[in-house]
Amino acid sequence: MIYFDQVSKIYPDNSIALDDVSFTIEPNEFVSVVGHSGAGKTTLLKMILAEEKPTEGAVYFQSTNIHELRRNEMNYFRRKIGTIFQDFRLLPNKTAYENIAFAMEVAGKTDEEIESDVPHVLELVDLGKKMWSFPHQLSGGEKQRVAIARAIVNHPDIIIADEPTGNLDPINTYEIVQILKKINDLGTTVILTTHNKGVVDVVNKRVITIESGKIIRDDKEGKYVL
Amino acid sequence: MLWTNTKRVVRSGFVNFWRNGFVSLSSILVMTITLFVLGSLIFTYVLLNGALIQIKDKVDINVYFVTTAKEEDIKSIQKSLETLPEVSKVVYSSREDVLADFKKRHENDQFTLQALDELQENPLGAILNVKAKDPSQYAGIVRFLESKSVSQTDGLPIVDKINYNQNKVAIDKLTRIIDSGQRLGLFLLGILIVISIMITFNTIRLAIYISRDEIAVMRLVGASSKYIRGPFVIIGIMYGIFSAIITGLIFLPATYYLGRATANFFTGINVYNYYITHFQYIFPMLLGAGALIGAVSSYMAVRRYLQV
Repeated sequence: MIYFDQVSKIYPDNSIALDDVSFTIEPNEFVSVVGHSGAGKTTLLKMILAEEKPTEGAVYFQSTNIHELRRNEMNYFRRKIGTIFQDFRLLPNKTAYENIAFAMEVAGKTDEEIESDVPHVLELVDLGKKMWSFPHQLSGGEKQRVAIARAIVNHPDIIIADEPTGNLDPINTYEIVQILKKINDLGTTVILTTHNKGVVDVVNKRVITIESGKIIRDDKEGKYVL
Repeated sequence: MLWTNTKRVVRSGFVNFWRNGFVSLSSILVMTITLFVLGSLIFTYVLLNGALIQIKDKVDINVYFVTTAKEEDIKSIQKSLETLPEVSKVVYSSREDVLADFKKRHENDQFTLQALDELQENPLGAILNVKAKDPSQYAGIVRFLESKSVSQTDGLPIVDKINYNQNKVAIDKLTRIIDSGQRLGLFLLGILIVISIMITFNTIRLAIYISRDEIAVMRLVGASSKYIRGPFVIIGIMYGIFSAIITGLIFLPATYYLGRATANFFTGINVYNYYITHFQYIFPMLLGAGALIGAVSSYMAVRRYLQV
């Protein structure tokens, strides 16, 4: 489904973020990418989102090279990916409801679909009562659950979660991981980066370990080893 | 789909305008200054132009005839003057009229009147008062009058003098002063307008700079450029509309206060009356300018952050 073909990324200051990385992610996989801060995890995810271009190599989604997409095609492509970030990245001037509705509006859903799906998905992440709260009125765990709801509402092919639990306490972390597992069980590919050992061990699926821009381990049912 | 998107963009614009109340308020105030300067430009132009027209209207020349000139000769000169395309009006004053005028003007001056009585006959000649359509055309008219066929009958000159040459310097000077005053005023206002448009542009850019992370998130969710930009453009237009309304209201007391002063100084043009009678032109112009500045500023400011 996603194929990294000898991808290298060198930033303008000559720091090497990725060094000749190749791997494949199959549909319906749950992949955890682990590594120290600065190992290249986030760069890897940014490649998939086409936020960064590789210096060398190519990234394929199904059979299309992501970085050769045109602006318009890019917008369509991004709608197939749900993203979750450590810093949530909600729209601060929109309520929980509107944040999710925005993702649906962008994807061209009708008002009827939005009105029926948004409450449903908020219910799913257990935020039915905070529907009309603004992000600054929500706790970290709640914000992350809104972000997850936004990521899944358009039924994406892939969920990309960049250290989604980095700012959360253990209980919220556990809940978020359970939600992600549930999403994966329902048939969505999940790519997760983390440096939380507990998270990786609870998930108990494929683990890719990165160090200094290189993949040093790729375990089918991995544990957090560093 | 187009309709749905338009509806969503407009709604989102309204909602964001309201939720970012303070940013909206400051942007509106800055833009109000721009529109105020723009409106002042219109009023200044009207006043200076009005003054110029009135001063030009006051300019005329008198053709003094010798006392022996026959009335029918003068009348025929009047007729031929009236056929000239440059001439707008010719008024004939007979010798008697001129004398009556003179007496009236000097009614407090006994010496002059006594001296006049000493003379057995009326020493004053008839006068033709000529008004041209434009002050620059007097030279041509004077040349016409000075030509022999007009100014002489039976070989004797009947035109005593034409006061153009004395007035010429004053007329030219006045025209030049007003002309350059007008140009300078418009030039300064033009600069002010450019500066205030730039300040407005910058204010809106700052307002959008605050939203740059938001724009990046919208991008990542897969929103198209148009869909991201739309609400910002709507907000820019709303800034313009509100600013135009505020400016329109401010001009009411401002022109009322200045109205009498300008009426005295600029000989009869009351800015307040002008504003009221031309409201249907001035207000839509402010509205249009505000909306245009707002929309263009927003459009250009968002572009920078759309490159994700």
